[in-house]
Amino acid sequence: MNWYLISPQLSLGALALIIVLLDLFLKEKRILGIVSAAGLALPFGFALSLWGHQETILSGMLAVDGFSLFFCFLFLGIAFLTLLYSTDYLPRIPRLHGEYYALILLSTTGFTFLAATGELISIYLALELSSLPLYALVAFLKDEKSTEAGIKYLLLGAIASATLLYGMALMFGLTGRTELSEIAQALAAGGIREPALLLGVVLLIAGFGFKMAAVPFHGWVPDVYEGAPTPITAYISVGSKAAGFAVILRVFYQAFGQPAWLHADWSLTIAVLSAITMTLGNVVAIWQGNIKRLLGYSGIANAGYLMVGLAAASNIGRSGVIFFLVAYTLANLGAFTAIIAISNKIESDLIEDYSGMARRAPALALILALCLISLTGIPPTAGFMAKVYIFSAGIQAGFLWLVIIGVVNSVISAYYYLRVVKVMFLSQPSSEEGVPSSGALRAALAITALGVLLFGVFPYVLLHLAENATLLP
Amino acid sequence: MEDYHLLSVVIFLPILGIGWVLLARSEREIKLGAAAFTALNLALSLALFCLFDRSAPGLQLVEKASWIPAINAEYFLGVDGISMLMVLLTSFLSFLAVLVSWTEIHFRAREYFAWLLLLETSILGVFCAQDLLLFFLFWEIEMIPMYFLISIWGTPPPLGRKEYSAIKYVIYTFTGSAMMLAGILLAYFYTGTWSMVELVDKAPALSIGLRTLIFFLIFFCFAVKLPMFPLHTWLPDAHTDAPTAGSVMLAGALIKMGGYGMIREVGIFPEVAKAYAFMLVIFALINTLYGAAVTLRQTDLKRLIAYSSISHMGYVLLGIFALAPLSLTGATLQMFSHGLITGMLFALVGLLYHKAHERRIPLLGGLARQMPLLAVAFSIAGLASLGLPTTSGFVAEFITFWGSFTSPIFPAIKICTIIAMICMVITAGYMLWVIERVFYREPKPEYDRTPDLGPLELAMSTLFIVGIMLIGVYPRVLTDVINPSVMSLAKALGL
Repeated sequence: MNWYLISPQLSLGALALIIVLLDLFLKEKRILGIVSAAGLALPFGFALSLWGHQETILSGMLAVDGFSLFFCFLFLGIAFLTLLYSTDYLPRIPRLHGEYYALILLSTTGFTFLAATGELISIYLALELSSLPLYALVAFLKDEKSTEAGIKYLLLGAIASATLLYGMALMFGLTGRTELSEIAQALAAGGIREPALLLGVVLLIAGFGFKMAAVPFHGWVPDVYEGAPTPITAYISVGSKAAGFAVILRVFYQAFGQPAWLHADWSLTIAVLSAITMTLGNVVAIWQGNIKRLLGYSGIANAGYLMVGLAAASNIGRSGVIFFLVAYTLANLGAFTAIIAISNKIESDLIEDYSGMARRAPALALILALCLISLTGIPPTAGFMAKVYIFSAGIQAGFLWLVIIGVVNSVISAYYYLRVVKVMFLSQPSSEEGVPSSGALRAALAITALGVLLFGVFPYVLLHLAENATLLP
Repeated sequence: MEDYHLLSVVIFLPILGIGWVLLARSEREIKLGAAAFTALNLALSLALFCLFDRSAPGLQLVEKASWIPAINAEYFLGVDGISMLMVLLTSFLSFLAVLVSWTEIHFRAREYFAWLLLLETSILGVFCAQDLLLFFLFWEIEMIPMYFLISIWGTPPPLGRKEYSAIKYVIYTFTGSAMMLAGILLAYFYTGTWSMVELVDKAPALSIGLRTLIFFLIFFCFAVKLPMFPLHTWLPDAHTDAPTAGSVMLAGALIKMGGYGMIREVGIFPEVAKAYAFMLVIFALINTLYGAAVTLRQTDLKRLIAYSSISHMGYVLLGIFALAPLSLTGATLQMFSHGLITGMLFALVGLLYHKAHERRIPLLGGLARQMPLLAVAFSIAGLASLGLPTTSGFVAEFITFWGSFTSPIFPAIKICTIIAMICMVITAGYMLWVIERVFYREPKPEYDRTPDLGPLELAMSTLFIVGIMLIGVYPRVLTDVINPSVMSLAKALGL
């Protein structure tokens, strides 16, 4: 039993516990943030040293492969950025304690486990580990909206977990196994009754769909996005989505590749859901006046694009999903970072209050515009390359109709993203006061903006990594 | 010459200019910098044009480097005769667009010139890129600067609706390019290449149904840009509400990307082009006649020129889909010539509006008395637009019509050409009428203090006129460059 293989997850969990302990003795809570951010170097280093491993441990419960390590890096990056841009927001949270940091780290631990699970029960455990801290974090503001969002998230999350568990139980009942690779063998051998199997697959899609924010399991998104503290909104918007896609990708690619009819069935189901998801997300986003809700619906729409890669069920589909997730993470976190700085000053999340922001805070407005342009998928940004890549996976898999729906949706999205840009650059500012921001927040902004541009012009570095982030056979 | 990466220099020089503009300390430095960089680019393009090997049919100044190895996309640049012409046109118009903005733009000048320079880079990139993904990348970049140029510096209400026009422009363009993306992805997955050169060889292996699908997905995008009826409705709004330099670039260079793209498509899918030539020629006729008819009814001077562009782009469409070597030469010439003429008309209308603060035709009149130089310049451009001999307009239209009339593509092409020629009469009608209404008739006292063209504006107009006349008198400067490319295109078409 080689514990070294899960050292990134273990060290991350240990870091969370250390923060809780330190919290008891430290008066100056800011130090906890610094320790958490610096402490991320440890799991990062472990993950780096593991790159290239292709093994399973705990008799198949966890897999260490390119895929899980890539997502490990992604989640560590998300946690790091979240800690950076949280600094400007934390003064607004009443009675702040170290658990804010500890909960983020614990949830990240859950996410990194989730990407590495190779077996149904560990999937469920990792999912709960990642979700429970989030329920608490969403309600952290302790005001009416935040509490409501927390309760809503908790209740709907519990229903999703139950659905997922039901699906898993059906899978176990039909195949007698919980390991993904052995389920795959049992299914390939044939002789399994169709209706129950299909029901199991659909229930799994529903359970994971909650995490991915896919329609019709998206009901929690707008309220949670609006009510949660903005840094947590940002964290959920990318972390939860990435984790959802990581786990569904592994389960469906690894376990449900055979028999052919099953493969075709779930591929088509996800393609149809994808079309509905992106269309609903984009169309409803048009009418949003609150920028956090707008990004919530944009997150739903982006889940739709991501599902194109999932439905493609191919190597290019897998690397497309990975590339898209990174591009989406950078752009979305960049946008939210700018929003945190701006809303700290103007104390509003309404788009109309962003008028003339280009005059008041040129750099912030420019980076927010850049991130929104990337979300639209216009070059030279990472979002453009991500769309090209994920749609090419769709074309390759023969989903031309889905790709056409996807590109038309991109056009719709241009309308509401550019509306924000328009308000910032065209309208008159309501005051001439600048927008202050801390060094940490500016660092987060710079990292995301650079990433968006860099992967937009030179995508091959990331593409190469994405293509090497393979699943264990 | 290929070792010097001259095309990359031409494309990315304006980006360096953006660096200068962002760091400059005063408005004067910003403008001088923008002018210097665009002038340098023009000089470089002229040098490339002179050095261009007029006997070689293939690509020249080729640059190739690996860009995204995972999907075989390359940084692949090169120009043939047709792209060379478009590069020259773009850098010429960009330089003049900076000059036109000299007195007009004081508001947020730094951003303005930065967007203008980015626009130049993206258009030049479109004309030089030989890799479809790179082509698409430059194609999409162009949208953002244009959006800002129209929405910030455009005509505000009550005369214009700048924000509406800007977002309309984006939605149309983006819809078009979304379809193109689907098309080029299909092409890539069935041939395994993004290279336009390789596609010429590989595309015929695809089934005819698939080729037709790809052709029309991509064609939709070019048809929006050209614009082809009924996808033209963004054009009058965008052209009318854009700042002067924006209109010059839109009418002069941007919509040429549509025609250029169609010519490239014809080379890649000759069978599809032939099969649908009749239908597309009919669309060309609607474009010319409908555009001209609507132009007659316009009361806003800028909108009038915008609609005349739709009509003139119909000639380009006719020339391309008559699918004869001569008509293709004519279409290319027409694109170049229309770029100069309409660029000049928009520049002059912009100056007139800036000086007289009015562009509604019924409220103007007799301006030849107060602004004689502008009146002369406008008349020359107007006459060129209606195709007076010795101007480039005549040469281009004559070659286009002659080419399409003698084209063997389908029997009815002769009748179609004759119908299109009727449009020349309407063009003469609205042009002469507008010149009469704006510059002649009784002078109005409210324009008595309106200044005439200044030295800079005079120099600018002279540059335009020299270009228009030079091509009109000696079209071989351009046709020599176009011919080898058109001939190789004709070979692909089996003519």
